[in-house]
Amino acid sequence: MSEFGLVALLVGALGLIAIGIAGLVLARNLFRLVLALAVAEAGANLLLVLAGFRQGASAPIIEGGSTLHQVAMVDPIPQAMVLTAIVIGVGVQALALALAVRAREAYGSLDMDQLRARMEADIIAAAGTAPTTSQEAPSGARPLPPPLPSPARIAAEEPSS
Amino acid sequence: MLTRYGSLLFATGFAFLLFSLFIALPMGEPPTLAGQAILNEAANSVGAANIVTSVVLAYRGIDTLGELSILFAAATAVGLVLGGQARAPRPSKEDGAGGFILQTGVDLLFPLLLVVGFYIILHGHLTPGGGFQGGVVLAAALVLPVLARPEESPSPAALAWVEGLAGAAFIATGLAALAYDHAFLTPLLGAGQLGDLFSAGTLPLLYLAVGLKVGAELAKLLLRLAEEGPAA
Repeated sequence: MSEFGLVALLVGALGLIAIGIAGLVLARNLFRLVLALAVAEAGANLLLVLAGFRQGASAPIIEGGSTLHQVAMVDPIPQAMVLTAIVIGVGVQALALALAVRAREAYGSLDMDQLRARMEADIIAAAGTAPTTSQEAPSGARPLPPPLPSPARIAAEEPSS
Repeated sequence: MLTRYGSLLFATGFAFLLFSLFIALPMGEPPTLAGQAILNEAANSVGAANIVTSVVLAYRGIDTLGELSILFAAATAVGLVLGGQARAPRPSKEDGAGGFILQTGVDLLFPLLLVVGFYIILHGHLTPGGGFQGGVVLAAALVLPVLARPEESPSPAALAWVEGLAGAAFIATGLAALAYDHAFLTPLLGAGQLGDLFSAGTLPLLYLAVGLKVGAELAKLLLRLAEEGPAA
């Protein structure tokens, strides 16, 4: 394989990882999250196999039943590692999908925003507290009530101390 | 909106960082010392024509056992998360059965898939392939008929037995080496003639156990995921 081919494969592997990571941070659907993880994993595996590549070498399988003719072969260790990584990746994906199935059964959605909203509503209902407010979308009356006195302010306002 | 651009920027920067890291590495140079040593020695000491198989089963056999354990743990966790048999009733005869073309095609494909799966498993020490790859083909062969005739799915108990016995066989083969004063999972029975079907000692037996275990495990996993839950 030429130098150009090697660089093209490298760019492809890194591109798969980048696509997977972009999917991981951008996706809002749980199923797409699992798919993005699978894409990133494929890129990482390709990168590992590429690390064992050797110019002008053959696959690490001896042909013809003799060890006498020593042909140059690629490194077998990354290939064995990738075999392991693929199998473990299957296990991880299966578990993630099972969790997604349960989440959809429990909350009726795979969208992360809806899931979070429904989970928070569940937690609030179970804990019996008032709805939480966030800085982006504060609830409650405007103008906001004065902040609660903090120990530091109390200390500052009391000249005697 | 800002978070989306920020995320894209992060992914691009990460890719650029990885690329500049890897372009500096000596790609395509001779492999590592361990890899070269294994390439020189594996054919004579292990006797498997496929050197990747030598690495997976002879040099890193205990890692493969750990890998099987991880797969088992994942399958068990999926079963735990999705609940037991009480979760979904078996579909009835009319419910979700495939059409004529699917049923005939599956009948035709099922024996062929079994043959291909076992071929890939049993020639794992000679040709590209092995227990994991052949096991996935076996799992496909077991899951395909369920698509055509959902009421005739293989019983999870039988699959669990196959899986458990195969896993026990893998460990028993490893323990047998202890009886001959070798380390755990050392290949026995001599290396044999390189390239023969009966060569590489116990490696084909180990790969057969791996193949049956992976096939049964994945089939069980897929069937569990394919079960229909209560209407959401």
